[in-house]
Amino acid sequence: MHDHDENSPRDLLVILRHGPHGSSWLREGLDAALVAAAFGQSVSLLFMGEGAAALVPGQQPGPLGQKGTAATLEMLEMYDIETLLVEEQALSPLGLAADDLMLEVEVVSTGALSGVLSAHRLVLTF
Amino acid sequence: MRYAILLMGAPYSQQASHSALRFAHALVARGHRLEAIFFYHDGVQNAARLAAPPQDEPHLVDAWADLSREHGVALQVCIAAALRRGLLDEREAARHGKEGSSLEAPFELTGLGQLIDLGSRCDRLVTFGP
Repeated sequence: MHDHDENSPRDLLVILRHGPHGSSWLREGLDAALVAAAFGQSVSLLFMGEGAAALVPGQQPGPLGQKGTAATLEMLEMYDIETLLVEEQALSPLGLAADDLMLEVEVVSTGALSGVLSAHRLVLTF
Repeated sequence: MRYAILLMGAPYSQQASHSALRFAHALVARGHRLEAIFFYHDGVQNAARLAAPPQDEPHLVDAWADLSREHGVALQVCIAAALRRGLLDEREAARHGKEGSSLEAPFELTGLGQLIDLGSRCDRLVTFGP
């Protein structure tokens, strides 16, 4: 892992906009984030919209045979993915509060989103 | 500028593949360098050798192959996304005991590391998705 100046842009922002079940978007987005981190890039995750549902604690793979993403989220720290952001507006429609989530995430207001985007050199949206 | 495209929409199901193809041609027409198309998520279906669309519709698989041959654009397909969706080259088909391969040349199976590499060394990485 390399050091980053506070003012220099981080390498990659992965935006996750889909819930953990019903499609493979979230899992394939997380895969991209993990690979980037394994390649030594500085990676941030931003959960937006239904993507915030990924952070609901206590999720099981479920009867449909999909693997789920909770186990992957628990590995993020091991990959040095420590900047976890959630869009403020995403929480209340899902009945969630930041304190309820399975990981410690920073809540970002809608007004601050453009700053998050411009603080990263590359943005991938899933 | 040096560009790369990330394509995540299935062909014919959504507009993403058609838009990405037009954007790719516009880039090279403007004199930009298009390094690669990276096919991920349902976008891997663009590499299906056995695709046989009706004759009055654009043949996307052939169109990507032509783009690659004419302009030296690499066609990189995420191997994990491809195998799940039934797209195997000869080597993977043999490895998994399948008869016949389903990945068209010059598409090539590769890993997500290639996507990260493209993002690092190109000036722009543009995503097309559903």
